[in-house]
Amino acid sequence: MAIKEVSEEKVREIARRWGGREGFLVEMLQDVQTEYRYIPEAAIRTLSKEVGVPVGQIYHLATFFKRFSLKPRGEHVVSVCTGTACHVKGAPRVLDACARELGIGVGETTRDGKFTLEEVRCLGCCGLAAVVTVNDDIHGHVTTSKVPRLLKRYKGTEKASHGEADDQ
Amino acid sequence: MPYRLHMMVCAGTGCVSNRSLELRDALSAELARRGLDKEIEIVTTGCNGFCGVGPILLVQPDGIFYQKVQVKDVPLLVEEHLVKGRPVKSLMFTPPEAKEPVPRMRDIPFFGKQMLVALRNRGMIDPEKIEDYIARGGYQALAKALTTMTPKQIIEEIKASGLRGRGGGGFPTGIKWETCVHAHSEDGVRYLVCNADEGDPGAFMDRSIIEGDPHSVIEGMVIGAYAIGAHQGYIYVRHEYPLALKRFMIALDQAREYGLLGKDILGTGFDFDIEVHRGAGAFVCGESTALMASIEGRVGEPRAKYIHTVEVGLYNKPTVLNNVETFANVPVIIERGAKWFASIGTEHSKGTKVFSLAGRVKNTGLVEVPMGLSLRELIFDIGGGIADNGKFKAVQTGGPSGGFLPEDLLDLPVDYEKLYEAGSMMGSGGVVVMDHTSCMVDVARFFVDFLQSESCGKCTPCREGIKAMHGILSRICDGKGSEADLATLEELCSVVADTSLCALGGSAPNPVLTSLRYFRSEYEAHLQGKCPAGVCRALITFRINDKCTGCHLCFKACPTSAVLGEPKQMHSIIQGKCIKCGACYDVCKFEAVTKE
Repeated sequence: MAIKEVSEEKVREIARRWGGREGFLVEMLQDVQTEYRYIPEAAIRTLSKEVGVPVGQIYHLATFFKRFSLKPRGEHVVSVCTGTACHVKGAPRVLDACARELGIGVGETTRDGKFTLEEVRCLGCCGLAAVVTVNDDIHGHVTTSKVPRLLKRYKGTEKASHGEADDQ
Repeated sequence: MPYRLHMMVCAGTGCVSNRSLELRDALSAELARRGLDKEIEIVTTGCNGFCGVGPILLVQPDGIFYQKVQVKDVPLLVEEHLVKGRPVKSLMFTPPEAKEPVPRMRDIPFFGKQMLVALRNRGMIDPEKIEDYIARGGYQALAKALTTMTPKQIIEEIKASGLRGRGGGGFPTGIKWETCVHAHSEDGVRYLVCNADEGDPGAFMDRSIIEGDPHSVIEGMVIGAYAIGAHQGYIYVRHEYPLALKRFMIALDQAREYGLLGKDILGTGFDFDIEVHRGAGAFVCGESTALMASIEGRVGEPRAKYIHTVEVGLYNKPTVLNNVETFANVPVIIERGAKWFASIGTEHSKGTKVFSLAGRVKNTGLVEVPMGLSLRELIFDIGGGIADNGKFKAVQTGGPSGGFLPEDLLDLPVDYEKLYEAGSMMGSGGVVVMDHTSCMVDVARFFVDFLQSESCGKCTPCREGIKAMHGILSRICDGKGSEADLATLEELCSVVADTSLCALGGSAPNPVLTSLRYFRSEYEAHLQGKCPAGVCRALITFRINDKCTGCHLCFKACPTSAVLGEPKQMHSIIQGKCIKCGACYDVCKFEAVTKE
């Protein structure tokens, strides 16, 4: 999937959706991130004009919060939960397995733009530890040996169906 | 005609990820096919708390509890239970050490010892239907508060109940509200904020409450707003909780439609509305001043709190900030009275507390128990003991701000003061159990690593101190530590704790200090080049022993081709190629792969 061209009109619409209010800057950035899979510089400039705050403040927000990325993220975001419960159930090894399988490090995106690998600090599904999410799909009880099959489902072109039996 | 049976399908995040929604649809189709849909209703409920055995299905009114129900089980279940009236044993839960499956939910030890206050509607209602909440007595407390009580009376009631903040700090809620009312505000504007930025790894109480019973939070917030005279409220929810967010938005719309939120609530002339803000992945935003900065559209950096936020908070107005569970308790206190609430719990910790039980324990999930229950009862009676026949080593409470407690403190009653005295804290209620497979140095490093990356960087002790602590712990995990490192570590801990700007840094040393205090021998073992739990990679070696059957699984699993061997012959590991990922260890079914 190609990276979308940044449309000033679209970003303006996002700003208007939140009433152009400074208090909703984080929300606007959330929407920009969802729209473009990253926070483009042009979007920061447009938001700055629309909301009437300095570019620096928005840049500060965009770099402060984990959810935002200044580089385009992959089509599928693989997040390995590294919360406490997942940690004691082997999350570090699951993370390594994902990195090996995708051939990228944490925070990186595959060259074809398909996958980004991230760690996330607790998804609050500790009963399912260790947990890996791919986009919005939650996969519970993941072990290193389940990783290749889990990721394979997303390697095809069509969107993988949600939550096939992971819990064998 | 009323329904003769209700099938309560759990749709908490855990069960949904185990395909409970597909299960619901299959059930619905099967009921329709057999013409039973007029007599049996399917209800999609919030989290039941027993996330480890999802998807969960509860048949009411008998309270028959089914677990791990798959789509393929539906025809049998409908035929046997719903048509013939014979509950299906094979889908019931068998508690550890019990011989027979237990049919009724309340007879299962995991549920039996619980006392539901904040989670009073757990598994009983459809969180997306306000009618369900009202049918269970919801919004009655709001009506009582707004029509028969003065704000002062409400505050007195909350004070008398002894309710303390459930987010971690444990500050008395009534006193917080009272202080806010007395704080000076030029234009009389006050704000009420609900903290749903549940960032503690290993804690998911708030997620469950919002997902399962969002109206209980809204009702508590409106009562709180009336008590302090606020007309605008905010809730700050983590973006990692999409389902909670969705259900809360639905609940807000319904409450507005019913006149329970917005202008002229219940015709009393009182106005109050709630605005939702999504967090964007910053643990420090759970801190009150950081959270408020974030709502204002600024970076979530805490400020020094010489002046508390109840006096100068959001937009520099007096602001009450409470967490989700605290608000969920409020309607019950108003309805049943402070005296009743105060009769539960210990001397200084009243009521119940919701805990998320996770880690190496048999029954993982969410539980609500009276304050004062011992950790042993929590972990062994409710949690069913340690999973996979492991041996208990430590329990971690309070998330990254809390500490580890060893076996000889298992009889400690769970209450704010007792946990604090032991070096840990209640925190928001995460309880992570660890067994012999966890290395305490490694877990301490894990928390410090977490805090290092979550430190906002504003103050030096937290930013640099935690980093230095991390460096030392990593060195110890790599087997390069020295005796002097332990002393430096302790010194750093006290500096960071004493001089950090906010609670993130202030409590950051707790995991390190408690692990040093109770598990010092593990640190010493690392100094000798041994990791007793077999976790720290630099200190372990994987080998294959003569139990190997040559099944070849490890050969296939090894990512670096470090395993040698022909099928049906004993395998071996080339140490130079081994990256110690443990893949061989995980796949081996014969205990032939060892780590030491």
